[in-house]
Amino acid sequence: MDVKHYLRERFFPHMWCAGCGHGIVLNSLIRAVDGLGIKKKEMVMVSGIGCSSRISGYVDFHSLHTLHGRALAFATGVKLSKPALNVVVPMGDGDALAIGGNHFIHAARRNINITALVMNNRTYGMTGGQYSPLSGLGIKATTAPYDSIDRAFDTVELATAAGATFVARGTVYHVKQLQSLLKKAIAHNGFAVVEVLTQCPTYFGRKNKKGSAVDMLNAFKDGTVPVGSEKKKQNPELIERGIFVEKQLPEYCESYNQMLERISAR
Amino acid sequence: MSKNISFVQGNEACALGAMYAGLDFYAGYPITPSTEIAETLAVTLPAAGKKFIQMEDEIASMCAIIGASLTGYKVLTATSGPGFSLMQEALGYAVMAEIPCVVANVQRGGPSTGNPTHVSQGDINQARWGTHGDHAMVALTASNHQDVFRMTVEAFNIAEMYRTPVILLFDEVIGHMREKLIIPDQGDIPLVARLRTGVKEGVNYHPYLAREDGRLPMSDFGDVHRYNVTGLYHDMWGFPTDKPDVVQGLLRHLINKIENNAHKITFHKSYFLEDATTVLISYGASARSALSVVKQRRSRGESVGLLELNTIWPFPSHLVRECTKNASLIGVVEMNAGQLTQMVKLAVNKPKRVSLINRVDGQMITDTDIKQILRVLQGRGV
Repeated sequence: MDVKHYLRERFFPHMWCAGCGHGIVLNSLIRAVDGLGIKKKEMVMVSGIGCSSRISGYVDFHSLHTLHGRALAFATGVKLSKPALNVVVPMGDGDALAIGGNHFIHAARRNINITALVMNNRTYGMTGGQYSPLSGLGIKATTAPYDSIDRAFDTVELATAAGATFVARGTVYHVKQLQSLLKKAIAHNGFAVVEVLTQCPTYFGRKNKKGSAVDMLNAFKDGTVPVGSEKKKQNPELIERGIFVEKQLPEYCESYNQMLERISAR
Repeated sequence: MSKNISFVQGNEACALGAMYAGLDFYAGYPITPSTEIAETLAVTLPAAGKKFIQMEDEIASMCAIIGASLTGYKVLTATSGPGFSLMQEALGYAVMAEIPCVVANVQRGGPSTGNPTHVSQGDINQARWGTHGDHAMVALTASNHQDVFRMTVEAFNIAEMYRTPVILLFDEVIGHMREKLIIPDQGDIPLVARLRTGVKEGVNYHPYLAREDGRLPMSDFGDVHRYNVTGLYHDMWGFPTDKPDVVQGLLRHLINKIENNAHKITFHKSYFLEDATTVLISYGASARSALSVVKQRRSRGESVGLLELNTIWPFPSHLVRECTKNASLIGVVEMNAGQLTQMVKLAVNKPKRVSLINRVDGQMITDTDIKQILRVLQGRGV
């Protein structure tokens, strides 16, 4: 396939740092869309603010680059008004779960057919490396010079508890798996969350002495295991990746249309 | 002449006006004293096969209507002071990205939670400058239900014509008062439809390149043209830029498209202004009391007149200057600490002629209140 077919070359070069993992997410996302055979005019990318959110500008879909944390609220308006559109919402960890946390849990609760990507690099990259709600304890950041005392959310548990009907985690090291997860998430009829562990060598890596981008990618290889792996039982520090939740429950736009049918049948 | 007569609350009149204008999508969050707008539309929109959603807060509500507008829908949200505060960031987004949408703010006493069930007109300046940065803004108001209906329809028309958010600034008394409303037949009030591009598939469509008449044809999300929408300064492709000439050009466009057409979106009513030496200026519920005073004084032969403003922003300075040129006394009747009074003072020569006639205790300003203050202003004692 030709990835460039899906890119707006006019808008390149992109603004991500050398070694950033976000480009791998972009590539995986394009391959997932291509694999599903979705037409470009049937795709809408809605994003918020941050490094990750710029992904929406680079793709040749309908793209809506909105406000910090509010992408899912804008996306809800797009999806409910035109349910035939495929709506994908790439977000950063701060974007999705700090300022956007309320919209995140309510979109999950409604089970509206939107695919939410949480591109988790554990920092606010665009503003220069502050700690996020996914940084976790003991992390150094420009706003945590004495190590973070904030506990982290577990994106998978949060999304599951809030009612998302597809919940998965991948990494930018495991590219083939990431493509597969994104494909399933977009095809899923309901609110789908994919957390993608991605590296920010510029800020998170440098502040926390994580080495180069390659070192950080290798850390994803060594630090994660497939869901249900025996290794996880022996070493709770390992992070599971794969599909955690996949179930069918009434989808919001379909429920809305069923309500309209009930009204007109009266 | 229509025989479709209702007896409704002002909030219902707003909802009915929105339906008349072709509302497709409402997103909102409950808040006193605006909730009846949502409650009415929760019935009427689904019954018409259209979309109603109660969001998790006012921020989400404002964002959702912007998203829905981009798919080609006419959209509305309604709120009151605290919710209006929460909407300000996304309201600015709608200004920057040029998204047609209507926001009704049924004002209550502020700041903060303030006086939720009582009347105020304290959000006049928030409507103008609540969102950050330089911008123009359109805000309309009304003193009776026929005008609530009419201004609501005009709000949708202006939103479509100029690709801009439009604010409806009602107040609690108008929102909750019941009075007669004659619902016009379709066609009695002209409607402005969404202007869509005629550019064919495969030909470059520039979403932010204005036509010669200044209008920007839109393309619905889901149609053939795929483009970028952003709250950043952007070029004709909708792509972010910080090039100084593009930044300045866009800002001037956003301001000029409203300010240069101010005369086309100025709605007002004049009562006995021809020979008036005392001119009252008012709007919303307070204009009802002001009109009562003017009629009483006229019956005693005094040359008093009223200018009722339906367009608050852009402020009709020229109209105010023209209507007050022979006045020795200008009284601005409003239920706030003098927010529009400041604008009137800036608009007229000899601003010392301008006095505030107000009430800020959550109670409706009455004709008696106005008469008492007028007596003092006219040097006739208390």
